[in-house]
Amino acid sequence: MKLLKLVPDDTNIDFLKWRTFAFGISLLLMIASIGLVATKGLNFGVDFIGGQMIRATFTQDAAAPVTELRTKVATLGYGEPTIQRFGKENQVSIRMKLPEGADKKPELANVMAVKITNKLKADYPGVRIDGVDSVSGKVSEELFSKGMLALLAAMAGVSLYIWIRFEWQFGVGAIWSLLHDVTLTFGLFSLLGLEFDLNIIAALLTIIGYSLNDTVVVYDRIRENLMKFRKMDMAGLLNLSVNETLARTVMTSVSISLPLLVLVFFGPDVIFGFSLAMAFGIIVGTYSSIYQAAPILIWLKVGSHSFVPSESAMPKAERMGESFGAQP
Amino acid sequence: MLDFPRWRVWMLSLLVLAGVLLAIPSLLPMSIRAQVAQYLPTPTINLGLDLAGGSHILLEADTSQLAETRLESLEDNVRTAMRRANPRIGIDAVSRANGQLSFTVTDSSQIDAAREALLPIISNTTGSTDWNLGVNDGNRIVLTPAGSGDETALDQAMDTAKDVIDRRINALGTLEPTIIRQGDNRIVVQVPGLDDPEALKALIGKTAKLEFKLVDEQADPDQTAKGIARVGSQVLPYPENPTGLPNIAVRRLGGISGDKLIKADPTFDQQTNEPAVTIQFDGEGGQKFARMTQQNTGKLFAIILDGQVISAPQIKEPIFGGVSQISGSFTVDSANALSIALRSGALPVDLKIVEERSVGPDLGADSIRRGILAAVIGTTAILVLMFVVYGRFGMYANMALVINIGLILGIMALANTTLTLPGIAGFVLTIGAAVDANVLINERIREELKRGRRVVQAIEFGYKEASRAIFDANSTNVIAAVLLFIFGSGPIRGFAVVLMIGIVTSVFTAVTLTRMWVAGWVKRTRPQELVI
Repeated sequence: MKLLKLVPDDTNIDFLKWRTFAFGISLLLMIASIGLVATKGLNFGVDFIGGQMIRATFTQDAAAPVTELRTKVATLGYGEPTIQRFGKENQVSIRMKLPEGADKKPELANVMAVKITNKLKADYPGVRIDGVDSVSGKVSEELFSKGMLALLAAMAGVSLYIWIRFEWQFGVGAIWSLLHDVTLTFGLFSLLGLEFDLNIIAALLTIIGYSLNDTVVVYDRIRENLMKFRKMDMAGLLNLSVNETLARTVMTSVSISLPLLVLVFFGPDVIFGFSLAMAFGIIVGTYSSIYQAAPILIWLKVGSHSFVPSESAMPKAERMGESFGAQP
Repeated sequence: MLDFPRWRVWMLSLLVLAGVLLAIPSLLPMSIRAQVAQYLPTPTINLGLDLAGGSHILLEADTSQLAETRLESLEDNVRTAMRRANPRIGIDAVSRANGQLSFTVTDSSQIDAAREALLPIISNTTGSTDWNLGVNDGNRIVLTPAGSGDETALDQAMDTAKDVIDRRINALGTLEPTIIRQGDNRIVVQVPGLDDPEALKALIGKTAKLEFKLVDEQADPDQTAKGIARVGSQVLPYPENPTGLPNIAVRRLGGISGDKLIKADPTFDQQTNEPAVTIQFDGEGGQKFARMTQQNTGKLFAIILDGQVISAPQIKEPIFGGVSQISGSFTVDSANALSIALRSGALPVDLKIVEERSVGPDLGADSIRRGILAAVIGTTAILVLMFVVYGRFGMYANMALVINIGLILGIMALANTTLTLPGIAGFVLTIGAAVDANVLINERIREELKRGRRVVQAIEFGYKEASRAIFDANSTNVIAAVLLFIFGSGPIRGFAVVLMIGIVTSVFTAVTLTRMWVAGWVKRTRPQELVI
């Protein structure tokens, strides 16, 4: 039986040759992302800024009467709603920011949602209300700060672990590539104007988890090679490590991307942004392990000497791996 | 490393069997599951409201209002106590400002008697003090809430509110609500599979505090229109006022509250044939009501619901049986809702809806259907790819992956956890980690073979060398999951829980189980060559 090999044996691509260029591009993209988020902003969902969102299907119409709907909802006196199609032509989401005075009366967001729902039901007999979200200002602030805190805590925690298990430079490299992935995902969401809500935070966490997994695999090989080839120059050693793990990188990325791409194209419309974020994050995360996490080690002057003073720590790492998985 | 004693093989296999069996009920269609449930326990995974449809409602109590209510009832009690004291203690200049109650004892020689009379009011049944008593300028008594008094009151009010909401939702029929207190002043209500959340919201958000007070018939209509009441009266909104005014003046004292009802039913007014609500007081409330109607026959009395007058009929004759009828501009639905609310008791504190998440059953069903479709296509694609690339070892990885999915579902069912959309993200991540573990191992075996090692040695090295990276990668995920669980809110916690379960099962299936199968294969066939 002949098995498929996604990456031919003895592949030797000089990945690190492009490191300065790739780093420059990444830096530019990161700055552009930050700029986009700062100027255009993120399309925050009601989770994070409060207000209400109603999802409705106009079962008797081929397409939802978006313009008419906008005027009708505006007559309720809460201002103009943001109306977007999702899924089919006759499905829309109607979003409304918090009304004035909502800071004193937290129930206003819900009152507004009820009024809009009633108006829809009264004016369009064929309408089906698929979902109502209403969040008061205080609750949305809590959700936002808790979400961000969780994100930052997770990033800091795993970087600390990498620092303890490897060397401090690896910790810096890991947190840098996580920042890279998260920033670019933020940028993508700003660029496409996709709704940013709590589910997207979960997607970001998945991206972080995956990207880190990828980085750890490359780092593990770098550490192994650093101890094996004490005389090799760093760029060559990184190249060797990346190439040795390339078959695994490609195989894993392809395997994970498959279900995610299926989700993007065939999955529920409600989670389109969520699926897209994850698919995008897997690609960026794979790239960042090779072109961010690895070259940073050169600039931070990691060499075989990095592991010499900590020889006592090294066998310990080895032991942990053994006791966990394989037995000698 | 390829040496697996027989007892270990048995133990691992039993563990897998148990885990996967637990997953089966969750995968069965509802109808079959119900039949099986008659004979066997069927632990199942709950689908979150975002997937199954339903309503999540977060209610928040207005704490300042609760403090005000406490002061109000304190004032009532103090006035009664002073009046009933023997000899009667005269007080004036009663003030309820800055969260404290203060009043002047007219005859300063009675100050000690006043103190004595206040004692039972300011201490509660457990003997600790609810209010601190201070005396200023010799005859002015100041009552301030004692340290934990407000907190205890809030705590009790929230517990009562939770029970009241529970009773109200149960009155709606066969729903399966989850009602939990959250933090100091919040209550979460989750009701799966609800068609119309509006009715539910109207019911649980209604305080349903019913009061009967005499109308202040001497009030100056011009002043009342401006919202100004004379001493001893208060102005309340009255939307259905036949005089056309938007409000009405009522006497503050001498009314009775409708919190002691034994019955409340929707009915129709016999004269107008409009929907109405009949109520029946308990014994004590009925006597009070009889006394009030007897003493005030011919006068108007206001029926007040949640601070708003719904009608103000004339007392034509004393009402003795404790039965009364409330009419206003009700519809059949609103009369029904009000009777439920009155029957289940008033909320001790106003609750506001500060968050609502309702997902209609159609959207939820669509999410599940397409989510399952995507999961099946995606998993199949992975299984095919793994087999095509790694052959026999890919097949082992695939068996491990399928068992892994079963184990995650089984443990989730056993722990009675809820699967939400973010939980699915956690699922994807752990599946990814499991696939990656096998890819790492198999690629490493390929490498070691290429370096010229013999088959058994290559397999041993493959597992050993790959384990280090697998360990580090999964440890970081564990750390992330724990931190997310500590710091995250609801949906993020759902992600963290699935991630934690998934990491354990992924490592177990992808490393331990595959190694067991590989060891068995090596032992049986003693392969000299390995196609991988």
